[in-house]
Amino acid sequence: MRDNPVFKIVSKILFGPIIIYGLYVQFHGDYGPGGGFQAGVIVAAAYILYALIFGLERVRKIMPNLVIQYIMALGVLVFAGTGIASIAFGANYLDYSPFADKIYKAQHLGIIIVELGVGLTVFAVMLGLFYAFAGFKPKK
Amino acid sequence: MSVIYLILSNWNFIAVIMLMMAGLYIVISNQNFIKKLVGLSIFQSSVFIFYISLGKVSSGTAPILTGSPDTIYSNPLPHVLILTAIVVGVATNALGLALVVRINEAFNSIEEKTLLSLKIEDSRHAYEKDDSVK
Amino acid sequence: MVEFWVNVFLVALLVVITFYIIRLKTLIAIVALSGAYSLTAAAIFVNLDAVDVAFTEAAVGSGISTILFLAALRYLPLEEAHQTRYPRLSLSLCIIVGLMLIIAAFELPNFGDPNAPAHLHVAPRYIEESYPLFHIPNVVTNVLASYRGFDTLGEVVVVFTAGLGVITLLAGSTLSMRFVKIENDLDKTNKTSKEDA
Repeated sequence: MRDNPVFKIVSKILFGPIIIYGLYVQFHGDYGPGGGFQAGVIVAAAYILYALIFGLERVRKIMPNLVIQYIMALGVLVFAGTGIASIAFGANYLDYSPFADKIYKAQHLGIIIVELGVGLTVFAVMLGLFYAFAGFKPKK
Repeated sequence: MSVIYLILSNWNFIAVIMLMMAGLYIVISNQNFIKKLVGLSIFQSSVFIFYISLGKVSSGTAPILTGSPDTIYSNPLPHVLILTAIVVGVATNALGLALVVRINEAFNSIEEKTLLSLKIEDSRHAYEKDDSVK
Repeated sequence: MVEFWVNVFLVALLVVITFYIIRLKTLIAIVALSGAYSLTAAAIFVNLDAVDVAFTEAAVGSGISTILFLAALRYLPLEEAHQTRYPRLSLSLCIIVGLMLIIAAFELPNFGDPNAPAHLHVAPRYIEESYPLFHIPNVVTNVLASYRGFDTLGEVVVVFTAGLGVITLLAGSTLSMRFVKIENDLDKTNKTSKEDA
């Protein structure tokens, strides 16, 4: 089934638009349904689709295991680091108000950064789960 | 007639409890670990549906502000809680799956009955080690 | 009214799907049905105004979760081998607990009641206060990332930890192989040293 040209061409065509849609969901989550959790899963789904058609090794070339593990930690760090930054500005943990002069601008900025952290972690974890299950080699 | 009305007006809660008990039944009585995991996820999503049903306001709309003052919105708080719980649920489910895969690798079975009758020495890794020592 | 009947129908569909999950023995069919279950649940969430939740459930529950189950089934036996254990006992237990819960459920506020206690305290404040403060129309995002940022941070850490757990469990095989190899080498050197002595 993998050699079927229909699957190959469709997955190649869809790969880019799915990622762009994921980014749209990520950064438009303030105005419509969406946000970091959904966006991370959608972007991971693009890579998983590619892996299902072209094999795991080719996806590992563009997104190696180590990079995935770094992105996983990076997302949590971005989220927690935002809290530390607001402490450094003299406010409470995860209080975004000192980030800009007007409160709505500050909240907007804080929410976008935090959602980015969520998106990164969820993307990396979902793809990491798929890598772990698909690339598992049982001892026989 | 009033009984039907009572059931229909509480239909979501009744059905959620039925789903919950179905999940519990699968977890208790089935031997297969994969089926147990599916039962666990059924139990889990029945709780999700229960929360969302509690947050519904009749003739309300999704909590995305429209700007007009007389719009009724559903309760956004359960949505937030469940949104994160779904992602966490899948991640923990995957952890369970990984354990099941490892159990199958070590003991060659994912049935509870078979596993309970085994001992640690029956693990495939233990056999391998013994062979290498001999 | 249409919303209400659609809801009744979809929830009934969920119950039917669950019944078939209980009956079936083939694991692939069970996994496929659980994907269908998630998709139906997503439709219910749309109908109950929880668009964000529906989005997540459709992407995560019926997409990623099904793929992970199928990927795991590659290494597992595909049929359930044994009969159910104590079916009558567990069935009667579930029915008794379920009846008790259903009796308790009649005490809940009616479905969709706008005067239910849950809608009177925190939620109105979120809805009224968040636009003047944030200028962001999606209340769910506001609550998720700002009002309850701690909560979300905790959930992200849980997802991260679960991911780490799976990676250590499955991708850690190379490491354990190395340990086995080291042990074998140690055994060999011990044997040779004994022979030398």
